[in-house]
Amino acid sequence: MNGICRLCDMNSGETGEIAEISHSCKIRQRLSDLGFICGTKIECLTKSPLGDPTAFLVRGTVIALRREDSRFVKVRVI
Amino acid sequence: MGLTRSSVGKNAQDSRLSIHRKRPDDLVVALAGNPNVGKTTVFNALTGMRQHTGNWPGKTVTNAQGYCEYDGRGFVLVDIPGTYSLSARSAEEEVARDFLCSDTPDAVVVVCDATCLERNLILVLQTLQITKRAVVCVNLMDEAKKRGIELDLEALRSELGVPVVCTEARRKKGLSDLLSKIKEVASLPPENNSFPSFVSSEEIVAEAERIYNMCVKTSDCGYTEKARKFDRLLTSRITGFPIMLVMLAIIFWITIEGANLPSSLLSQFLFRLEMPLYDFLVAVNLPHALSEAITFGIYRVLAWVVSVMLPPMAIFFPLFTLLEDLGFLPRIAFNLDRIFKKCNACGKQSLTMCMGFGCNAAGVVGCRIIDSPRERLIAIITNSLVPCNGRFPALITLITIFFIGAGGGISSSITSAALLTLLILLGILATFAASRLLSSTILRGLPSSFALELPPYRRPQIGKVIVRSVFDRTLFVLGRAVSVAAPAGLIIWIMANITYDGQTLLAISSSALDPIARVMGLDGVILMAFILGFPANEIVIPIIIMAYTAGGALTEMNDISSLSALLIQNGWTWMTAVSTMLFSLMHWPCSTTLMTIKKETQSLKWTAVAFLTPTVMGIAACIIFNLILKLFI
Repeated sequence: MNGICRLCDMNSGETGEIAEISHSCKIRQRLSDLGFICGTKIECLTKSPLGDPTAFLVRGTVIALRREDSRFVKVRVI
Repeated sequence: MGLTRSSVGKNAQDSRLSIHRKRPDDLVVALAGNPNVGKTTVFNALTGMRQHTGNWPGKTVTNAQGYCEYDGRGFVLVDIPGTYSLSARSAEEEVARDFLCSDTPDAVVVVCDATCLERNLILVLQTLQITKRAVVCVNLMDEAKKRGIELDLEALRSELGVPVVCTEARRKKGLSDLLSKIKEVASLPPENNSFPSFVSSEEIVAEAERIYNMCVKTSDCGYTEKARKFDRLLTSRITGFPIMLVMLAIIFWITIEGANLPSSLLSQFLFRLEMPLYDFLVAVNLPHALSEAITFGIYRVLAWVVSVMLPPMAIFFPLFTLLEDLGFLPRIAFNLDRIFKKCNACGKQSLTMCMGFGCNAAGVVGCRIIDSPRERLIAIITNSLVPCNGRFPALITLITIFFIGAGGGISSSITSAALLTLLILLGILATFAASRLLSSTILRGLPSSFALELPPYRRPQIGKVIVRSVFDRTLFVLGRAVSVAAPAGLIIWIMANITYDGQTLLAISSSALDPIARVMGLDGVILMAFILGFPANEIVIPIIIMAYTAGGALTEMNDISSLSALLIQNGWTWMTAVSTMLFSLMHWPCSTTLMTIKKETQSLKWTAVAFLTPTVMGIAACIIFNLILKLFI
């Protein structure tokens, strides 16, 4: 599978590259402080038992994001 | 759980602090860094202080200040809260930025975690835009080496243009090197630190990535196979919640089982001293009334607090600290976030809720990690719905007496632990309900954004944690016992011995409270004990015992079976016990917590809401429980 999807639609175990962070994302600034920028490698690790939030591996750290925020991030799945 | 006399209540540290130099030429050094990289460990290692540490982002929410000397020069070190950036979007990030930009320290140490240097470099680069008088301290080198991460320090130094020092703060390695480098950069001419005009954060991230790729060689992706397995287990749909519950139950079980023996030894020892103390006081010619007040008022309550309350507290606290150090708490927050989102609250509230288990006042201070003011208020107001360390022993005692029997043994302690876990679950449910209620009424709003770091698991320093928290806890409880329980004991004794119109004051006031209390399934004495226990929850059960025994025959009260007999004599049934436990779980926060809330919210209105919310919930729960019972019995 080699397409663009929203970060919130990634499945556990999938790896991708950030393609775009929408300007409507409320935590755009915080995400870039955490190292989320275009081109960053990202792995979807695990979803919380209740399905949300999801934990992602970015630049060696694990960050959990809610669907409300991760849907603004587009990812090129590798 | 940063619970010390100075961290809560009216002494809670201000977000802005004044620097205390011992000599005018002392250097002011700020310790900055991402959350959870070990800043506080470095701070403690340098200053010999004992600020609490924990393996989760946001443990330090205030500036702490310490002092050390090196090479004839004094250093005032300021441990500022961890931040991901200097753009200050939350209260504790603002504290950090303000300090770096306005208070102009002589030098800034940016502490980095060697195992995830890339992310850390972003903050380093941002800091270097403010000041060049900085030292980069790469901490946790031991862990990095273990994971095969190779650092080219020379390259890092030349890329950043400031000194780079490696430390292993937990083993106190590399500290003198760090201090000498701090001294070096502090001698650079002072700059005019103005608020930085950042190049775009994307550029900074890209620069961090470039430097990282140049200076670090590793096959490690920063997230070990082991951590991956653990996380899968702890957060899976099937095992996630059961494991959390079992962990909680195991902690309670160890607490209950472990507290048994020291509790009975302490009570035997302390109550054996009661009569000799009385005889001694009489022998030194104190008036009889005074001797009695001291022995059967002050001493007896103290003895109860120390023997019944102290052992479980001293065991529970270090166990919880171990979980905290391991990195377990953020996983709890991860698992529970969905529910908090449904309540329009923040998932980080799980973290402050967990801190509340140790001490509600500490939990309230911890709420600073929540960015949105609305969500922070919800977390503050609902914090006392989880029982603090001071309420556990009372719950355990009542469970043991009314639901287990004094038989003892492994199976009964397992049952007590299970019952206690159920009760805690009820408290957590009440937290959800109250959060939901608040966010649909007076604190209306939508959940804000949420980004939570799940830190790597770290092996806790078991010995150190146990020694330190048993010691700190014991001192803290003893201190409170002396300052709060002793006067309460005296008041009860006086009330039981002064008569008005042929009735003791105790009887008069408890019978005045009795009608309200009966509706709640309690009696006047219990309700009065909760009211007198306002300064500290630890003393509620001791006050009940005192009130029942005071003035009456001086029964020997030295173990749990005689306590059980005493309560049953005074009309307690299992229903009374359940009502008391419900009310203990949900009533007004203790005075220390309320003072902390006042300080944190800067508002009498929200302090009043924080007082009323759990109280109304508790009264309602008790009344409903008793109404339902009446239907069936």
